[in-house]
Amino acid sequence: MQDKHPGLLSRLMQGLVKSREDIRKKLDGILALGGKPSPEMLEELEEVLITADAGVDTSLEVINTLGERMRRDKSITGEKIKEELKKILKEMLEKDDLSADGEDFPVIILVVGVNGVGKTTTIGKLAALYRSKGKKVLTAAADTFRAAAIEQLQVWGQRAGADVIKHSEGSDPGAVVFDALGAFKARKADVLIIDTAGRLHNKKNLMEELKKVKRIINREAEGYRVETYLVLDATTGQNALAQAKTFKEITDITGIILTKLDGTAKGGIVFAIGRELGVPVKYVGIGEGIEDLQPFDGEIFVDAILG
Amino acid sequence: MAFEGLTEKLQNTFKKLRGKGKLSEKDVKEGMREVKLALLEADVNFLVVKDFIKKVTDRAVGSEVMDSLTPGQQLIKIVREQLIELMGTVPSKIVFSPSGVTIIMLVGLQGAGKTTAAAKIAKYLEKHHGKHPLLVACDVYRPAAIKQLHVVGEKAGIPVFSMGDKAKPSDIAKAGVSEAKKTGRDVVILDTAGRLHVDDALMLELEEMKAQAKPDQVLLVVDAMTGQDAVNVAESFNRRIGIDGVILTKLDGDTRGGAAISVKAVTGKPIKFAGTGEKVEDIELFYPDRMASRILGMGDVLTLIEKAQESFDQKKAAELTRKIKSQQFTLEDFLEQLNQVRNMGPIDKIMDMIPGMKTGKMGPVEVDDRELARVEAIISSMTPEERRDPSILNGSRRRRIAAGSGTTIQQVNRLLKQYEQTRKLMKQLAEMGKGPRKGKPGFPFI
Repeated sequence: MQDKHPGLLSRLMQGLVKSREDIRKKLDGILALGGKPSPEMLEELEEVLITADAGVDTSLEVINTLGERMRRDKSITGEKIKEELKKILKEMLEKDDLSADGEDFPVIILVVGVNGVGKTTTIGKLAALYRSKGKKVLTAAADTFRAAAIEQLQVWGQRAGADVIKHSEGSDPGAVVFDALGAFKARKADVLIIDTAGRLHNKKNLMEELKKVKRIINREAEGYRVETYLVLDATTGQNALAQAKTFKEITDITGIILTKLDGTAKGGIVFAIGRELGVPVKYVGIGEGIEDLQPFDGEIFVDAILG
Repeated sequence: MAFEGLTEKLQNTFKKLRGKGKLSEKDVKEGMREVKLALLEADVNFLVVKDFIKKVTDRAVGSEVMDSLTPGQQLIKIVREQLIELMGTVPSKIVFSPSGVTIIMLVGLQGAGKTTAAAKIAKYLEKHHGKHPLLVACDVYRPAAIKQLHVVGEKAGIPVFSMGDKAKPSDIAKAGVSEAKKTGRDVVILDTAGRLHVDDALMLELEEMKAQAKPDQVLLVVDAMTGQDAVNVAESFNRRIGIDGVILTKLDGDTRGGAAISVKAVTGKPIKFAGTGEKVEDIELFYPDRMASRILGMGDVLTLIEKAQESFDQKKAAELTRKIKSQQFTLEDFLEQLNQVRNMGPIDKIMDMIPGMKTGKMGPVEVDDRELARVEAIISSMTPEERRDPSILNGSRRRRIAAGSGTTIQQVNRLLKQYEQTRKLMKQLAEMGKGPRKGKPGFPFI
């Protein structure tokens, strides 16, 4: 993986460099306390995870597992403690059964999420990614609510070389999706990516609207592969778990796209999402450029979190 | 509603303490551990939590709590006071420049909600302070950001100044300020591009903008859902640009919103506004004491009263009071009252502000805006005569009303029963001499 995406690790590391150094110093300090799982050491490790937004429950579980393994296997000392911790974290992430490179086409991708997580930008990048693999890509501007969302998608469509199916602002998103599915079939495209309006998951009416969109897709695209990706902002704290739960319930999400990982936020909430919901992370967003979307790699992600 | 989960957790913690007579030091520490976990789950930064817990524990372990006969309540009081102290004790308002033109610059991460907040603040200052704001589009990077500001500006009825996406943001800002002076606008709101706090080039650009446009206030826009990283973001923006306050957005979600506490703790700068919905008027002043009360499950009564006063027509309220007293409260008045309640906003949002409605014994109260629409349809399907005197409503009239309003006879009957109960209640209130006091609007339905 590292060879296929030479830039990813260094880019992730670059963004995380300051916080990574803090954590490394901290970890090294903790490990210097010795090989025994002292309460003090475990508490410090717990703090490292909580600072990464992993959440109280998940952090406690990880640390308890680590403590248990250390008691059972006395050879886990020094540097090995860190390796064991990484192993536990990796095990928590849901395995992605279908690697991003080995997808079958055609595919319909519905993109959902709360306001401001970067759905439209991610769709632009995703379209460019498929275009670079020689696929014919269509996008659908089903965010008819936010001001200028359609224009924003159009700009990305031009950059990526993907046609945009659109109606006017304020029109029915279901109708846009219906038309887009028609165009997708008629033009025999490989990929259709559907943009939706950002909505807070506790707004009943807006979630109902999304349910309707999903129903239209299920009805009109029978026999096609349909993926539903939830876009999560890595800066988001524990609320991301509530978002994932509700969106899974309403639209049966099949994957997570974690954006804005190029800052100092670490997105540790995906451990809780993997643990509780079993939804894999598919991609990570690591910059503003059109190429700044990369397939998720648990190995690299955990390394970046623990330094 | 914000902090909902934290409220629940703290209530559970204190329930355990409430049963006890006197507390030992160990009891207090046990209680504080629960508070600590709850605050961490609420996304308050863990360093801030540590500091908070230490302060509260120090105070609580002293005689105050342990000697008290109601230690649980005493601890709640201290936690609340300390939370308020952390968030700032008084609401912080926008200070207008004596020069006549106040320049406000909005900064923040991508997706925090700057453009939406810009329009909301403009609308707020126009409505509550009689200002004439100008929105200035300085985000030249995100595709269609300028168009977005134009659209939201139009929705809010506020003019927008832009120079396309080829000009330098600092030039646009400067030109925007001169434009405001030329056209007699007295508030300039600069909408800037979202940027990461670690993006050196873009942070430099903000420094340059600040130097050139000389804003009176720089406000950091922060997503209420932000996690542990809120401290890094706020600290960086404050250190490099220097901020004067914070706008907390997306508080209408169900996030616990611990970022509010973190941001205030690391910058020392007050939270000025809270974004609470999708519409351009969904913005409120941020009241730390109300927020602290909300954390502790005491409801948000003050916001509710303020909303009621804003939405209720004083004249109509006075007229209603007269009618109640003379017992002439008709179905027409009933409908009028419902509409006034509706003016305050979505009914579930109003319910959230009432203490006990969230976690209390009433359970989840399901109030549907559609239910109100149904009531309106039923009353609208009556003749004026029927509305004034519902006693003439026989079976055939009721059937006609049900058909006309697309409801069932049972629904019509239920409404009439509700109306009758309300009328009786009002009669009692009037007789007790405790009807809504003069000049103060009553809202009998909530």
